[in-house]
Amino acid sequence: MAYNIIDVAQPARSDRAERPRLLSDAAGDRLFHVVVACAAYFVLLALGAAALSMAWGGKLAFQTFGWRFFYGTEWDPVARRFAAFVPIYGTLVTSLIAMIIAIPVSLGIAVFLTEVCPRWARGTVGTAIELLAGIPSIIYGMWGLFTFVPFMSAHVQPWMIDHLGPLPLIGALFDGAPMGIGMLTAGIILGIMVIPFITAVMRDVFSVVPPTLKESAYALGCTKWEVVKYIVVPYTRTAVLGGIFLGLGRALGETMAVTSVLGNARTPSLSLMEPGNPIAAAIANEFTDADSDPYLSSLIALGFVLFVVTFIALAAAKLMLQRIARQKGE
Amino acid sequence: MILAGPRQRRRRLTSLFVLTLATLATIFGLVWLLWILGTTFVEGFNALNLKLVTQMTPPPGQSGGLLNAFFGSFVMVLIAAAIGSPIGIAAGTFLAEYARGTRIGEVIRFVNDILLSAPSIVIGLFVYELVVRQAGHFSAYAGGIALAFILLPVVVRTTDEMLRLVPDVMREAALSLGIPRWKMVGHVLYRAAKAGILTGVLLGVARISGETAPLLFTALNNQYWTTKLSEPMANIPVVIFQYAMSPYEAWHTLAWAGAFAMTLFVLALSIVSRALLNRRSADNA
Repeated sequence: MAYNIIDVAQPARSDRAERPRLLSDAAGDRLFHVVVACAAYFVLLALGAAALSMAWGGKLAFQTFGWRFFYGTEWDPVARRFAAFVPIYGTLVTSLIAMIIAIPVSLGIAVFLTEVCPRWARGTVGTAIELLAGIPSIIYGMWGLFTFVPFMSAHVQPWMIDHLGPLPLIGALFDGAPMGIGMLTAGIILGIMVIPFITAVMRDVFSVVPPTLKESAYALGCTKWEVVKYIVVPYTRTAVLGGIFLGLGRALGETMAVTSVLGNARTPSLSLMEPGNPIAAAIANEFTDADSDPYLSSLIALGFVLFVVTFIALAAAKLMLQRIARQKGE
Repeated sequence: MILAGPRQRRRRLTSLFVLTLATLATIFGLVWLLWILGTTFVEGFNALNLKLVTQMTPPPGQSGGLLNAFFGSFVMVLIAAAIGSPIGIAAGTFLAEYARGTRIGEVIRFVNDILLSAPSIVIGLFVYELVVRQAGHFSAYAGGIALAFILLPVVVRTTDEMLRLVPDVMREAALSLGIPRWKMVGHVLYRAAKAGILTGVLLGVARISGETAPLLFTALNNQYWTTKLSEPMANIPVVIFQYAMSPYEAWHTLAWAGAFAMTLFVLALSIVSRALLNRRSADNA
């Protein structure tokens, strides 16, 4: 049938339509459908295979050390005894510091971009903040190592040790020598790295708040801050939380910047001035040195733990962002 | 005029105070950007010289260039783009054309977004298990495959979005002529969304050009020139990492030069592709 239509439409070039085809239209359609479907299922498969391969690679460690792998503190390549408490603790602490810095700053930037900034400058300032996400993480690491670590050790950490160290309770966090490297420095750099991700989400969701709601509030005499506090934030609460979890997912898995400024610790330490060894850094530092099967398997098991934790954070983020995405009409 | 009592004045001051804080937060963010980029560009610019692109990476403590590392990065990014883009474009096509409003489409989109933010070191471990351990040695193609997994979700997402921006009338017009669906996709949709899809690939290339973690134990590193894909190969990110962590001054200088070149490339590419994407979205919206 298709031939006839083309013949009628293009009588002058009917010879082209007569050319024998390699595939009938229906077969071509089916083939194309199968090819693109396979590619799409490949994406599904990739994530599943990544999880499985790491579970498989870490099996030896999980079997050998059992539950102790999660709460034990020893990490001894010589005795071939491994437990993941120190790396897990390191990941949690650096990510926590990162979030403490990134959440308020991102909220501030998003409010600035949607409420304060003059319209003509919004694009430029927004792009500049997004650029922070474009800088490769190894550059953060190198800048951290050569510029930020000396800065911390010369100016910030001595002050903290003098003024925060003697305080009760939190004093123990700021105990130690001002070496510059350590979990605090790594956490701050992580914080800077996740700011653009959280900001982007917050800015996007703030801009879908219906103008009528905001205008009604202004009409009642609300100030800009009151509109943000009582209208914008409550309206976008779930999505804002989603953005925070997205940033958390990024912070948990960030590797190179943290590895560069952290030193390397085998023992847990309460002080933020001390070196730590988050999961990603442990893998990056030690993987090529791993000389025994339990060692290698323990590192892959760490990778599996990291994968599961970031998966949970990112999946939570995605679910929370879905509702607002529908409102945006995506 | 409304009289401003002390209560109103306090509310107005609170608002002013908070908005000032928001402005300060923005300045805080921009200061870091300028500090990091400034350091990289100043240090890197001073380290530039012609030897960078004519000589190989030197042994410890000596001066040399980064030629083999530039070449290795180029090769691996090329492998990644060659594997990742076709699969990504096909998967994006499935999502936009065949899986609209279906459950499986939602699931794949969900998984793709997770893959987009998944830690790159985990991808490195995965490819180590998948390729390096099976082959028994580190290799440039393992590095390329690891990077392909990072490029893939970027391409899937942009292709999906760009195809959905193509108005349905174009699909209907093509189909009503009796053109089979796959030709409609190839001749009409891809042509209409060509710039957008290409931008997605560029965005993916920008993303993988600076990735270090997945290469650490797939491509590893190599002090010498090699064109064999089955051997470990030098690449800019890993060389920067190794040299920056070393105690040698000459290596630090080289690391800054590499950092300068890489940052410039990555940022230029992502700014250009982002600008293109934004313009397209605005045109079609």
